[in-house]
Amino acid sequence: MEQSEKIFETRELNVSMGPQHPATHGVLRLVLDLDGETIVKVTPYVGYLHRGIEKLGESLSYFQALPLTDRMDYVSAMSNNIGYVVAVEKLFGIEVPERAKYIRTIVGEMSRVSNHLLWLATHALDIGAMTVFLYCFRDREWILDLFEMICGARLTVTYPRIGGVRNDVPQEFLDSLWKFTDEFEARIVEYETLIDQNRIWLLRTKGIGIISGEEAVNWGMTGPTLRGSGVSYDIRKHMPYDAYDKVEFDVPIGSEGDVYDRYRCRMLEMRESIKILRQCIEQLPAGPVMATAPKFTLQPKDAMMPITHPVNEVAYVVDAKACKGCGMCLRACPAKAIAGEKKQAHKIDQALCLQCATCFVSCKFKALKIIPGGKGLSEDKLNEAAAMPMPDEIKKAGEHLVAQFEFIKKGPKVPEGDLYVATEVPKGELGFYFVSDGSGKPYRMRVRAPSFIHAGVLPRLCVGHLVADVISNIGTIDIVLGECDR
Amino acid sequence: MAVVLSRAATPSQRIEPAQIAERIKEKFPEEVVEIVSFRDQVSVIVRKSRILGICRYLHDDPEISCDHLQDLTAVDYKGKKEPRFEVVYNLYSIRHRHAIRIRAQVPENDTSISSTVPVWAGVDWHERECFDMFGITFAGHPDLRRILMPEDWEGHPLRKDYPLKGYEGEQDWKEFTDVVKRSRELKDFDWQG
Repeated sequence: MEQSEKIFETRELNVSMGPQHPATHGVLRLVLDLDGETIVKVTPYVGYLHRGIEKLGESLSYFQALPLTDRMDYVSAMSNNIGYVVAVEKLFGIEVPERAKYIRTIVGEMSRVSNHLLWLATHALDIGAMTVFLYCFRDREWILDLFEMICGARLTVTYPRIGGVRNDVPQEFLDSLWKFTDEFEARIVEYETLIDQNRIWLLRTKGIGIISGEEAVNWGMTGPTLRGSGVSYDIRKHMPYDAYDKVEFDVPIGSEGDVYDRYRCRMLEMRESIKILRQCIEQLPAGPVMATAPKFTLQPKDAMMPITHPVNEVAYVVDAKACKGCGMCLRACPAKAIAGEKKQAHKIDQALCLQCATCFVSCKFKALKIIPGGKGLSEDKLNEAAAMPMPDEIKKAGEHLVAQFEFIKKGPKVPEGDLYVATEVPKGELGFYFVSDGSGKPYRMRVRAPSFIHAGVLPRLCVGHLVADVISNIGTIDIVLGECDR
Repeated sequence: MAVVLSRAATPSQRIEPAQIAERIKEKFPEEVVEIVSFRDQVSVIVRKSRILGICRYLHDDPEISCDHLQDLTAVDYKGKKEPRFEVVYNLYSIRHRHAIRIRAQVPENDTSISSTVPVWAGVDWHERECFDMFGITFAGHPDLRRILMPEDWEGHPLRKDYPLKGYEGEQDWKEFTDVVKRSRELKDFDWQG
């Protein structure tokens, strides 16, 4: 009796959620202060995936930094590439051909659809709807296969290039994409029937994580996360890039600003993407896919064909007479196929050689010889061939090769200045801020990542709700930690 | 239905960036150092002393109304320019669709600048990152801690005098070596005893 009359002291419980947690979509750690089931305070910790992409970008030329952008938001790498090249093109001041603009719009919207599919799959799975997950991955697979068709990679694509795109798209790609737009439209309806009116779904999403439009802007939210609160801010409409000013589409906006409205916004956005894709395929103009600006863009590699064509099966051999034994090629070789002492002629182990031409470019004394059809020949024969002068065709191609290496390494001559260019990626506003000092490398490369800002809004969305709603809120802001930490 | 489709409306009262820069110069004649224009984008270089006032003016003025802070970052001009640092504010007005960039000069010997969290709530993490990467302190920030680097990290990585591959000889930071040492100790735990 005495014990039950005693007044219990209650205190807040401190729970660490993540970094290894399936519902945090990456390595996000949240420290939750709980009063019973109610959240009093949320402190997010990020930075577990920090790779210093901004610092790396300062040490690489504009061409070399492009593949880094795939590794930020690996769910929609294509959009990140486009954001980067659009910003760099504006800095260089080059105009992109129409066809390349349309192709970029197509792949950008495909990336948006695939991102939203992955978001829907994981968001629904977190809340407890397993079926949607499997269906969404089926459709996402189709898009990834199409990416593979045009550039050979599924996730880290690096397909858009400064001044256009890497290569033209084949007709079968367009045919398959057209078929996809037809089938996918019916499938969105299917997904909606699964969860749209589902009582559990409605209870878990309606009235959760409410934020008003004005407040959302003040917090720096962008993309569908902002539009769910009723603010019509879409960079594709506000500052059109690529071909977005030539196609017709609507921007879905919500009214309540809760998890459910943000979900509806993204579902409607997928429909708009399908509309854009169809218009782009119909309007796709003929023409080149790379800008003609030899001072700023990478040019076709036709001139190097005598060396790079697989039929020629070239071998790289050191001319013992010309070699001074400086060790430059030895240090540069990625396969460690070159052996030799200082001030003595080096030797290439043909079994280890990758035919990458790095030694050829690094040699200052022109001691390296390229021998067409030399692969598989005996050592004596190779040495014999190395003593002869190279054919003119190969010599010319070699000069091109060296020039290309130097150009990529040093970068173009860029006008001095600073600029900020934003593009609409599936997650929100991706901005690049460049400070150029006139050299081929950015003096400062800043990435404004939407996930970073959205992760910062989490405490505002979660406080006052229940523990289970944290999961809905993480899902609804659609973050990828690779982009958040950079 | 909760969700409606809207065609984006045409901008109502867009002001050219150069005009916004002129207005700032009129309002704060003492503060503005220089106005720079590059590729249709205008930067206003200001002194840091009244940065909060300038930001509040740009946010609250009904005609300018820069409600959306796109980005806040810093640039290190070591050996290129004096003062050494610049804090960059990229501002945009969603209602009027115009943009302006503010660059506040921060000297090396006094890297403190007032925080703009009272104006934009979202600037909180940007300022923390800026502190983490450049060592610029934001006076009045509610919770100024490192954000991307470990809390006991030494140095500020995005400064130009910080080497790309880190300082030589220091392979691990202190906390990590402590954790490794502790895990080795636990590995030797005598289960029989």
